[in-house]
Amino acid sequence: MKFVKTLSKRNLLKTAKHGGCGECQTCTVGNQKCENKKNH
Amino acid sequence: MYDINLIHKFYLNDKYVILDIYSGAVHVVDEIVYDLVDYMSKGLDEALEGLSNKYEACDIKTAFKEVEELYKEGLLFTEPIKETELDLSKYNIVKALCLHVSHDCNLRCKYCFASQGDFKGKRELMSVEVGKKALIFLVQNSGNRRNLEVDFFGGEPLMNFDVVKELVTYGRSLEKEYDKNFRFTLTTNCVLLDDEIIDYLNENMSNVVLSIDGRKSVNDEMRPTTNGKGSYDLIVPKIKRFVEKRGDKDYYIRGTFTSENLDFSEDVLDFYNNGFKKTSMEPVVTDQNEPYAIRPEHVERIKEEYEKLSREYIKIKKKDDDFLFFHFMIDLDQGPCLIKRSIGCGAGCEYLAVTPKGDLYPCHQFVGEEQFKIGTVFDGVTKTDLREEFKKSNVFNKKDCQECWAKFYCSGGCHANSYYNTGNINGNFEIGCELERKRIECAISVIANLD
Repeated sequence: MKFVKTLSKRNLLKTAKHGGCGECQTCTVGNQKCENKKNH
Repeated sequence: MYDINLIHKFYLNDKYVILDIYSGAVHVVDEIVYDLVDYMSKGLDEALEGLSNKYEACDIKTAFKEVEELYKEGLLFTEPIKETELDLSKYNIVKALCLHVSHDCNLRCKYCFASQGDFKGKRELMSVEVGKKALIFLVQNSGNRRNLEVDFFGGEPLMNFDVVKELVTYGRSLEKEYDKNFRFTLTTNCVLLDDEIIDYLNENMSNVVLSIDGRKSVNDEMRPTTNGKGSYDLIVPKIKRFVEKRGDKDYYIRGTFTSENLDFSEDVLDFYNNGFKKTSMEPVVTDQNEPYAIRPEHVERIKEEYEKLSREYIKIKKKDDDFLFFHFMIDLDQGPCLIKRSIGCGAGCEYLAVTPKGDLYPCHQFVGEEQFKIGTVFDGVTKTDLREEFKKSNVFNKKDCQECWAKFYCSGGCHANSYYNTGNINGNFEIGCELERKRIECAISVIANLD
Protein backbone atom coordinates (compact mmCIF):
# COMPACT_ATOMS: atom_id res chain seq x y z
CA MET A 1 0.00 0.00 0.00
CA LYS A 2 1.17 3.50 -0.79
CA PHE A 3 -0.13 5.32 2.28
CA VAL A 4 -0.53 2.58 4.90
CA LYS A 5 1.95 0.44 6.77
CA THR A 6 0.22 -2.16 8.92
CA LEU A 7 2.09 -2.87 12.17
CA SER A 8 -0.30 -5.55 13.36
CA LYS A 9 -2.82 -7.64 11.45
CA ARG A 10 -4.11 -9.06 14.67
CA ASN A 11 -7.67 -10.32 14.76
CA LEU A 12 -8.81 -10.46 18.36
CA LEU A 13 -12.01 -12.34 17.65
CA LYS A 14 -10.02 -15.23 16.19
CA THR A 15 -8.12 -15.52 19.47
CA ALA A 16 -11.40 -15.94 21.33
CA LYS A 17 -11.90 -19.35 19.77
CA HIS A 18 -8.79 -20.87 21.36
CA GLY A 19 -8.38 -18.29 24.10
CA GLY A 20 -9.03 -18.49 27.79
CA CYS A 21 -6.64 -21.37 28.41
CA GLY A 22 -5.40 -19.43 31.44
CA GLU A 23 -1.80 -20.56 31.15
CA CYS A 24 -0.40 -17.07 30.57
CA GLN A 25 1.03 -14.97 33.35
CA THR A 26 -1.33 -13.14 35.67
CA CYS A 27 -3.21 -4.35 35.70
CA THR A 28 -2.57 -3.90 32.01
CA VAL A 29 -2.27 -6.96 29.88
CA GLY A 30 -1.15 -5.44 26.60
CA ASN A 31 2.50 -6.14 27.26
CA GLN A 32 2.00 -9.81 27.90
CA LYS A 33 2.62 -12.77 25.66
CA CYS A 34 0.26 -15.60 24.82
CA GLU A 35 2.01 -18.93 24.44
CA ASN A 36 -1.03 -20.74 23.04
CA LYS A 37 0.10 -21.38 19.47
CA LYS A 38 -3.45 -21.98 18.28
CA ASN A 39 -4.05 -18.28 18.82
CA HIS A 40 -1.34 -17.23 16.40
CA MET B 1 -20.04 0.86 8.18
CA TYR B 2 -17.27 3.46 8.38
CA ASP B 3 -18.23 4.52 11.89
CA ILE B 4 -15.45 6.73 13.23
CA ASN B 5 -16.18 5.42 16.75
CA LEU B 6 -14.82 2.02 15.70
CA ILE B 7 -11.28 3.36 15.35
CA HIS B 8 -8.88 5.54 17.33
CA LYS B 9 -6.32 7.78 15.69
CA PHE B 10 -3.50 9.84 17.14
CA TYR B 11 -0.32 11.64 16.11
CA LEU B 12 2.70 11.19 18.34
CA ASN B 13 6.48 11.08 17.91
CA ASP B 14 6.19 11.96 14.19
CA LYS B 15 3.83 9.07 13.44
CA TYR B 16 0.19 9.06 12.37
CA VAL B 17 -1.37 5.96 13.91
CA ILE B 18 -4.81 4.39 13.47
CA LEU B 19 -6.00 1.59 15.76
CA ASP B 20 -8.87 -0.68 14.84
CA ILE B 21 -10.51 -1.10 18.23
CA TYR B 22 -12.27 -4.44 17.78
CA SER B 23 -9.79 -6.33 15.61
CA GLY B 24 -6.72 -5.00 17.37
CA ALA B 25 -5.03 -4.13 14.06
CA VAL B 26 -2.58 -1.21 14.14
CA HIS B 27 -1.66 0.95 11.15
CA VAL B 28 0.95 3.65 10.66
CA VAL B 29 -0.42 5.89 7.92
CA ASP B 30 0.42 8.96 5.91
CA GLU B 31 -1.34 12.17 6.84
CA ILE B 32 -3.73 11.82 3.89
CA VAL B 33 -5.22 8.58 5.29
CA TYR B 34 -5.26 10.09 8.78
CA ASP B 35 -7.45 12.90 7.44
CA LEU B 36 -9.45 10.73 5.07
CA VAL B 37 -10.89 8.29 7.62
CA ASP B 38 -13.13 11.11 8.88
CA TYR B 39 -14.73 11.26 5.41
CA MET B 40 -15.14 7.54 4.72
CA SER B 41 -18.76 7.41 5.88
CA LYS B 42 -19.62 10.34 3.58
CA GLY B 43 -18.21 8.78 0.41
CA LEU B 44 -15.49 9.61 -2.10
CA ASP B 45 -17.14 12.71 -3.57
CA GLU B 46 -17.31 14.46 -0.20
CA ALA B 47 -13.77 13.34 0.58
CA LEU B 48 -12.54 14.88 -2.67
CA GLU B 49 -14.39 18.09 -1.92
CA GLY B 50 -13.22 18.28 1.68
CA LEU B 51 -9.57 17.40 1.12
CA SER B 52 -8.82 18.78 -2.35
CA ASN B 53 -7.27 21.94 -0.92
CA LYS B 54 -4.63 19.80 0.80
CA TYR B 55 -4.07 16.73 -1.42
CA GLU B 56 -4.09 15.76 -5.12
CA ALA B 57 -7.32 14.11 -6.27
CA CYS B 58 -5.48 11.03 -7.54
CA ASP B 59 -3.89 10.54 -4.11
CA ILE B 60 -7.25 10.92 -2.35
CA LYS B 61 -8.70 8.24 -4.64
CA THR B 62 -5.76 5.91 -3.97
CA ALA B 63 -6.00 6.44 -0.23
CA PHE B 64 -9.77 5.86 -0.34
CA LYS B 65 -9.22 2.51 -2.08
CA GLU B 66 -6.61 1.51 0.49
CA VAL B 67 -8.96 2.22 3.38
CA GLU B 68 -11.72 0.26 1.63
CA GLU B 69 -9.29 -2.62 1.24
CA LEU B 70 -8.39 -2.56 4.94
CA TYR B 71 -12.10 -2.64 5.77
CA LYS B 72 -12.67 -5.64 3.50
CA GLU B 73 -9.73 -7.45 5.12
CA GLY B 74 -11.22 -6.91 8.57
CA LEU B 75 -8.41 -4.59 9.62
CA LEU B 76 -10.30 -1.31 9.95
CA PHE B 77 -13.79 -0.26 11.08
CA THR B 78 -14.38 -3.73 12.50
CA GLU B 79 -17.82 -4.13 14.05
CA PRO B 80 -18.04 -4.35 17.87
CA ILE B 81 -17.55 -7.67 19.62
CA LYS B 82 -20.37 -8.78 21.89
CA GLU B 83 -19.83 -10.54 25.20
CA THR B 84 -22.07 -13.36 23.98
CA GLU B 85 -19.41 -14.22 21.38
CA LEU B 86 -16.97 -15.07 24.16
CA ASP B 87 -16.78 -17.96 26.56
CA LEU B 88 -15.71 -15.98 29.61
CA SER B 89 -14.68 -18.23 32.47
CA LYS B 90 -17.61 -19.91 34.12
CA TYR B 91 -15.25 -21.92 36.30
CA ASN B 92 -13.94 -21.00 39.73
CA ILE B 93 -10.31 -21.72 39.04
CA VAL B 94 -7.48 -20.17 41.07
CA LYS B 95 -4.13 -19.87 39.31
CA ALA B 96 -2.19 -17.20 41.19
CA LEU B 97 -1.63 -16.20 44.80
CA CYS B 98 -0.03 -13.16 46.34
CA LEU B 99 1.41 -14.53 49.58
CA HIS B 100 1.77 -11.89 52.26
CA VAL B 101 4.55 -13.66 54.10
CA SER B 102 5.25 -10.55 56.15
CA HIS B 103 2.99 -7.86 57.48
CA ASP B 104 6.00 -6.02 58.75
CA CYS B 105 8.46 -3.73 57.02
CA ASN B 106 11.84 -2.11 57.57
CA LEU B 107 10.93 1.02 55.60
CA ARG B 108 8.28 3.63 56.35
CA CYS B 109 7.27 4.72 52.85
CA LYS B 110 4.85 7.61 53.13
CA TYR B 111 2.49 6.43 50.39
CA CYS B 112 2.42 2.73 51.31
CA PHE B 113 -1.05 1.28 50.66
CA ALA B 114 -0.05 -1.39 53.20
CA SER B 115 0.04 1.25 55.97
CA GLN B 116 3.84 0.97 56.28
CA GLY B 117 3.65 -2.79 56.08
CA ASP B 118 1.03 -3.86 58.60
CA PHE B 119 -2.08 -3.46 56.37
CA LYS B 120 -3.97 -1.66 59.16
CA GLY B 121 -3.50 -4.66 61.47
CA LYS B 122 -0.78 -5.87 63.80
CA ARG B 123 2.72 -6.60 62.55
CA GLU B 124 3.02 -10.34 61.94
CA LEU B 125 4.75 -12.96 59.82
CA MET B 126 3.20 -15.88 57.96
CA SER B 127 3.97 -19.30 59.44
CA VAL B 128 5.18 -22.20 57.32
CA GLU B 129 1.95 -24.03 58.13
CA VAL B 130 -0.26 -21.27 56.74
CA GLY B 131 2.00 -20.93 53.69
CA LYS B 132 1.83 -24.65 52.95
CA LYS B 133 -1.93 -24.62 53.36
CA ALA B 134 -2.08 -21.77 50.83
CA LEU B 135 -0.07 -23.75 48.28
CA ILE B 136 -2.30 -26.80 48.78
CA PHE B 137 -5.36 -24.55 48.38
CA LEU B 138 -3.86 -23.28 45.11
CA VAL B 139 -3.07 -26.66 43.55
CA GLN B 140 -6.42 -28.14 44.63
CA ASN B 141 -8.41 -25.22 43.20
CA SER B 142 -6.46 -24.78 39.97
CA GLY B 143 -8.46 -27.21 37.86
CA ASN B 144 -6.67 -28.01 34.61
CA ARG B 145 -4.33 -25.00 34.83
CA ARG B 146 -0.75 -26.22 34.80
CA ASN B 147 1.14 -22.94 35.23
CA LEU B 148 0.59 -21.56 38.72
CA GLU B 149 2.05 -18.37 40.17
CA VAL B 150 3.03 -17.38 43.67
CA ASP B 151 4.35 -13.92 44.49
CA PHE B 152 6.05 -13.46 47.84
CA PHE B 153 4.87 -10.08 49.01
CA GLY B 154 4.46 -7.96 52.11
CA GLY B 155 5.27 -5.79 53.92
CA GLU B 156 8.81 -6.87 53.24
CA PRO B 157 8.96 -10.60 52.40
CA LEU B 158 12.69 -10.88 53.07
CA MET B 159 11.89 -10.29 56.77
CA ASN B 160 10.51 -13.84 56.63
CA PHE B 161 13.10 -15.32 54.30
CA ASP B 162 13.31 -18.75 55.96
CA VAL B 163 9.59 -19.28 55.34
CA VAL B 164 9.99 -18.15 51.71
CA LYS B 165 12.67 -20.81 51.22
CA GLU B 166 10.60 -23.53 52.89
CA LEU B 167 7.57 -22.69 50.76
CA VAL B 168 9.56 -22.77 47.52
CA THR B 169 10.89 -26.22 48.45
CA TYR B 170 7.39 -27.36 49.37
CA GLY B 171 5.96 -25.97 46.13
CA ARG B 172 8.53 -27.85 44.08
CA SER B 173 7.58 -31.05 45.90
CA LEU B 174 3.94 -30.54 44.89
CA GLU B 175 4.74 -30.08 41.20
CA LYS B 176 5.16 -33.76 40.38
CA GLU B 177 2.32 -34.94 42.58
CA TYR B 178 -0.19 -32.55 40.99
CA ASP B 179 1.44 -32.11 37.53
CA LYS B 180 1.82 -28.37 38.05
CA ASN B 181 4.50 -25.81 37.26
CA PHE B 182 5.09 -23.14 39.90
CA ARG B 183 6.38 -19.73 38.88
CA PHE B 184 7.70 -18.01 41.99
CA THR B 185 8.27 -14.25 42.14
CA LEU B 186 9.20 -11.85 44.92
CA THR B 187 8.73 -8.13 45.54
CA THR B 188 11.30 -6.47 47.82
CA ASN B 189 12.41 -3.06 49.08
CA CYS B 190 16.02 -4.35 48.77
CA VAL B 191 17.09 -3.44 52.34
CA LEU B 192 17.99 -7.02 53.29
CA LEU B 193 19.58 -8.06 50.00
CA ASP B 194 22.98 -9.69 50.47
CA ASP B 195 24.97 -12.18 48.39
CA GLU B 196 23.33 -15.21 49.97
CA ILE B 197 19.80 -13.92 49.36
CA ILE B 198 20.66 -12.64 45.86
CA ASP B 199 22.01 -16.06 44.86
CA TYR B 200 18.91 -17.75 46.23
CA LEU B 201 16.56 -15.37 44.38
CA ASN B 202 18.49 -15.78 41.16
CA GLU B 203 18.19 -19.53 41.39
CA ASN B 204 14.56 -19.76 42.47
CA MET B 205 12.59 -16.68 41.41
CA SER B 206 11.31 -16.27 37.84
CA ASN B 207 10.98 -12.55 38.43
CA VAL B 208 12.05 -10.17 41.18
CA VAL B 209 10.50 -6.73 41.62
CA LEU B 210 12.85 -4.26 43.33
CA SER B 211 11.34 -1.08 44.74
CA ILE B 212 13.16 2.25 44.48
CA ASP B 213 11.72 5.56 43.34
CA GLY B 214 14.51 6.99 41.19
CA ARG B 215 16.76 9.91 42.03
CA LYS B 216 18.18 10.06 45.56
CA SER B 217 16.22 13.18 46.53
CA VAL B 218 12.94 11.68 45.29
CA ASN B 219 13.49 8.25 46.82
CA ASP B 220 14.64 9.54 50.19
CA GLU B 221 11.71 11.92 50.52
CA MET B 222 9.17 9.11 50.15
CA ARG B 223 11.04 5.98 51.27
CA PRO B 224 12.71 6.57 54.66
CA THR B 225 13.98 3.80 56.91
CA THR B 226 12.47 3.15 60.34
CA ASN B 227 14.81 5.76 61.84
CA GLY B 228 13.72 8.40 59.35
CA LYS B 229 16.82 8.41 57.17
CA GLY B 230 16.70 8.03 53.40
CA SER B 231 17.12 4.54 51.96
CA TYR B 232 18.81 5.37 48.63
CA ASP B 233 22.44 5.01 49.71
CA LEU B 234 21.58 1.79 51.51
CA ILE B 235 19.79 0.03 48.66
CA VAL B 236 21.43 1.23 45.42
CA PRO B 237 24.68 -0.74 45.94
CA LYS B 238 22.58 -3.82 46.76
CA ILE B 239 20.45 -3.42 43.62
CA LYS B 240 23.59 -2.97 41.52
CA ARG B 241 24.94 -6.20 42.97
CA PHE B 242 21.64 -7.96 42.29
CA VAL B 243 21.43 -6.77 38.68
CA GLU B 244 25.07 -7.68 38.07
CA LYS B 245 24.43 -11.25 39.22
CA ARG B 246 20.94 -11.60 37.69
CA GLY B 247 22.14 -12.28 34.14
CA ASP B 248 19.34 -12.69 31.60
CA LYS B 249 16.63 -13.55 34.12
CA ASP B 250 13.68 -11.23 34.61
CA TYR B 251 13.66 -8.44 37.13
CA TYR B 252 11.95 -5.07 37.32
CA ILE B 253 13.08 -1.93 39.06
CA ARG B 254 9.75 -0.55 40.18
CA GLY B 255 9.31 3.08 41.16
CA THR B 256 6.33 5.08 42.34
CA PHE B 257 5.85 8.68 41.28
CA THR B 258 3.74 11.21 43.13
CA SER B 259 2.67 14.79 42.54
CA GLU B 260 6.01 15.76 44.07
CA ASN B 261 8.01 14.34 41.15
CA LEU B 262 5.91 14.95 38.08
CA ASP B 263 9.21 14.99 36.14
CA PHE B 264 9.39 11.23 36.72
CA SER B 265 10.99 10.54 33.33
CA GLU B 266 14.18 11.78 35.00
CA ASP B 267 13.79 9.02 37.58
CA VAL B 268 13.39 6.35 34.91
CA LEU B 269 16.52 7.69 33.20
CA ASP B 270 18.27 7.62 36.58
CA PHE B 271 17.46 3.90 36.74
CA TYR B 272 19.00 3.43 33.30
CA ASN B 273 22.08 5.47 34.18
CA ASN B 274 22.55 3.27 37.25
CA GLY B 275 22.58 0.22 34.97
CA PHE B 276 19.04 -0.85 35.88
CA LYS B 277 17.58 -1.54 32.44
CA LYS B 278 14.27 -3.27 33.20
CA THR B 279 12.11 -0.54 34.62
CA SER B 280 8.61 0.28 35.73
CA MET B 281 7.27 3.53 37.17
CA GLU B 282 3.74 3.75 38.53
CA PRO B 283 1.49 6.60 39.65
CA VAL B 284 0.90 6.59 43.40
CA VAL B 285 -2.34 5.03 44.64
CA THR B 286 -3.39 6.94 47.74
CA ASP B 287 -6.07 9.02 49.41
CA GLN B 288 -6.84 12.11 47.32
CA ASN B 289 -6.35 14.27 50.42
CA GLU B 290 -2.67 13.38 50.78
CA PRO B 291 -0.40 16.26 49.72
CA TYR B 292 1.50 14.00 47.30
CA ALA B 293 -1.66 12.52 45.70
CA ILE B 294 -2.16 12.78 41.96
CA ARG B 295 -5.17 14.98 41.33
CA PRO B 296 -7.01 16.06 38.17
CA GLU B 297 -4.92 19.23 37.84
CA HIS B 298 -1.79 17.07 37.43
CA VAL B 299 -3.06 14.90 34.58
CA GLU B 300 -2.01 17.05 31.61
CA ARG B 301 1.47 17.50 33.07
CA ILE B 302 1.83 13.73 33.58
CA LYS B 303 0.69 13.02 30.02
CA GLU B 304 3.37 15.41 28.73
CA GLU B 305 5.90 13.58 30.89
CA TYR B 306 4.94 10.20 29.41
CA GLU B 307 5.42 11.70 25.94
CA LYS B 308 8.81 13.07 26.99
CA LEU B 309 9.77 9.65 28.35
CA SER B 310 8.69 8.00 25.10
CA ARG B 311 10.98 10.33 23.12
CA GLU B 312 13.94 9.55 25.38
CA TYR B 313 13.05 5.86 25.30
CA ILE B 314 13.11 5.75 21.48
CA LYS B 315 16.53 7.45 21.47
CA ILE B 316 18.00 4.96 23.95
CA LYS B 317 16.33 1.89 22.40
CA LYS B 318 17.98 2.66 19.07
CA LYS B 319 21.35 2.20 20.80
CA ASP B 320 20.47 -0.24 23.58
CA ASP B 321 17.67 -2.73 23.00
CA ASP B 322 18.00 -4.06 26.57
CA PHE B 323 16.34 -0.94 28.01
CA LEU B 324 12.74 -1.74 28.96
CA PHE B 325 9.93 0.38 30.34
CA PHE B 326 7.07 -1.87 31.39
CA HIS B 327 4.25 0.22 29.95
CA PHE B 328 5.93 0.71 26.60
CA MET B 329 6.17 -3.05 26.00
CA ILE B 330 3.04 -3.86 24.04
CA ASP B 331 3.28 -7.07 22.03
CA LEU B 332 1.42 -6.43 18.79
CA ASP B 333 2.06 -9.88 17.32
CA GLN B 334 1.55 -12.29 20.17
CA GLY B 335 -0.33 -10.42 22.85
CA PRO B 336 -3.00 -11.95 25.05
CA CYS B 337 -6.18 -13.52 23.69
CA LEU B 338 -9.44 -11.62 23.68
CA ILE B 339 -10.75 -13.44 26.74
CA LYS B 340 -7.73 -12.42 28.79
CA ARG B 341 -8.09 -8.86 27.54
CA SER B 342 -11.71 -8.83 28.62
CA ILE B 343 -11.21 -10.03 32.19
CA GLY B 344 -7.81 -8.50 33.04
CA CYS B 345 -5.94 -9.55 36.15
CA GLY B 346 -8.54 -12.02 37.42
CA ALA B 347 -8.52 -10.58 40.94
CA GLY B 348 -11.17 -12.06 43.19
CA CYS B 349 -11.33 -15.31 41.25
CA GLU B 350 -8.18 -16.48 39.43
CA TYR B 351 -5.92 -14.30 41.56
CA LEU B 352 -6.15 -14.00 45.35
CA ALA B 353 -4.06 -12.57 48.16
CA VAL B 354 -3.31 -14.50 51.37
CA THR B 355 -2.64 -12.75 54.69
CA PRO B 356 -0.22 -14.10 57.33
CA LYS B 357 -3.21 -15.60 59.16
CA GLY B 358 -4.47 -17.32 56.00
CA ASP B 359 -7.33 -14.98 55.14
CA LEU B 360 -8.13 -14.62 51.44
CA TYR B 361 -8.74 -11.28 49.72
CA PRO B 362 -9.42 -10.45 46.05
CA CYS B 363 -5.89 -9.04 45.69
CA HIS B 364 -3.09 -7.43 47.69
CA GLN B 365 -4.68 -3.99 47.45
CA PHE B 366 -7.85 -5.11 49.25
CA VAL B 367 -6.04 -6.69 52.20
CA GLY B 368 -7.11 -5.00 55.42
CA GLU B 369 -10.55 -4.05 54.04
CA GLU B 370 -12.61 -6.44 56.15
CA GLN B 371 -15.68 -6.41 53.89
CA PHE B 372 -13.51 -7.81 51.09
CA LYS B 373 -12.34 -10.86 53.04
CA ILE B 374 -13.49 -13.58 50.66
CA GLY B 375 -12.54 -16.72 52.63
CA THR B 376 -9.54 -18.47 54.15
CA VAL B 377 -7.00 -21.02 52.96
CA PHE B 378 -8.56 -23.43 55.48
CA ASP B 379 -12.18 -23.08 54.36
CA GLY B 380 -11.67 -21.90 50.77
CA VAL B 381 -13.72 -19.11 49.19
CA THR B 382 -16.80 -18.70 51.37
CA LYS B 383 -18.09 -15.36 50.14
CA THR B 384 -19.11 -16.67 46.74
CA ASP B 385 -21.32 -13.67 45.93
CA LEU B 386 -18.25 -11.42 46.18
CA ARG B 387 -16.34 -13.75 43.85
CA GLU B 388 -19.20 -13.52 41.34
CA GLU B 389 -19.13 -9.73 41.59
CA PHE B 390 -15.44 -9.71 40.65
CA LYS B 391 -15.95 -12.25 37.86
CA LYS B 392 -18.60 -10.06 36.28
CA SER B 393 -16.39 -6.99 36.45
CA ASN B 394 -15.08 -7.02 32.88
CA VAL B 395 -14.87 -4.59 29.98
CA PHE B 396 -18.32 -5.59 28.73
CA ASN B 397 -19.97 -4.78 32.05
CA LYS B 398 -18.10 -1.64 33.05
CA LYS B 399 -20.23 1.22 31.81
CA ASP B 400 -17.41 3.62 31.05
CA CYS B 401 -15.42 1.03 29.12
CA GLN B 402 -18.12 0.71 26.46
CA GLU B 403 -17.05 3.80 24.54
CA CYS B 404 -13.34 3.58 25.33
CA TRP B 405 -10.92 2.73 22.52
CA ALA B 406 -8.35 1.35 24.99
CA LYS B 407 -10.46 -1.32 26.68
CA PHE B 408 -8.74 -4.28 25.04
CA TYR B 409 -5.35 -2.93 26.08
CA CYS B 410 -6.13 -2.04 29.70
CA SER B 411 -8.79 -4.73 30.32
CA GLY B 412 -10.94 -2.39 32.35
CA GLY B 413 -8.21 -1.27 34.71
CA CYS B 414 -7.57 -2.08 38.34
CA HIS B 415 -10.55 -3.07 40.54
CA ALA B 416 -8.85 -1.63 43.62
CA ASN B 417 -8.16 1.72 41.96
CA SER B 418 -11.82 1.86 40.95
CA TYR B 419 -12.99 0.96 44.44
CA TYR B 420 -10.75 3.38 46.33
CA ASN B 421 -11.62 6.25 44.02
CA THR B 422 -15.32 5.66 43.33
CA GLY B 423 -16.48 3.25 46.05
CA ASN B 424 -17.34 0.64 43.42
CA ILE B 425 -15.14 -1.96 41.71
CA ASN B 426 -17.04 -1.24 38.49
CA GLY B 427 -16.55 2.49 38.87
CA ASN B 428 -14.44 4.61 36.58
CA PHE B 429 -11.22 6.07 37.98
CA GLU B 430 -10.95 8.74 35.32
CA ILE B 431 -7.40 9.86 36.17
CA GLY B 432 -6.17 6.28 35.86
CA CYS B 433 -8.01 5.86 32.56
CA GLU B 434 -6.56 9.03 31.05
CA LEU B 435 -3.03 8.06 32.02
CA GLU B 436 -3.48 4.53 30.72
CA ARG B 437 -4.70 5.80 27.35
CA LYS B 438 -1.67 8.07 27.08
CA ARG B 439 0.71 5.22 28.00
CA ILE B 440 -0.81 3.04 25.27
CA GLU B 441 -0.45 5.79 22.67
CA CYS B 442 3.17 6.29 23.73
CA ALA B 443 3.84 2.54 23.59
CA ILE B 444 2.47 2.18 20.07
CA SER B 445 4.32 5.26 18.87
CA VAL B 446 7.51 3.71 20.27
CA ILE B 447 6.89 0.53 18.28
CA ALA B 448 6.12 2.56 15.16
CA ASN B 449 9.42 4.41 15.52
CA LEU B 450 11.49 1.30 16.18
CA ASP B 451 9.84 -0.88 13.53
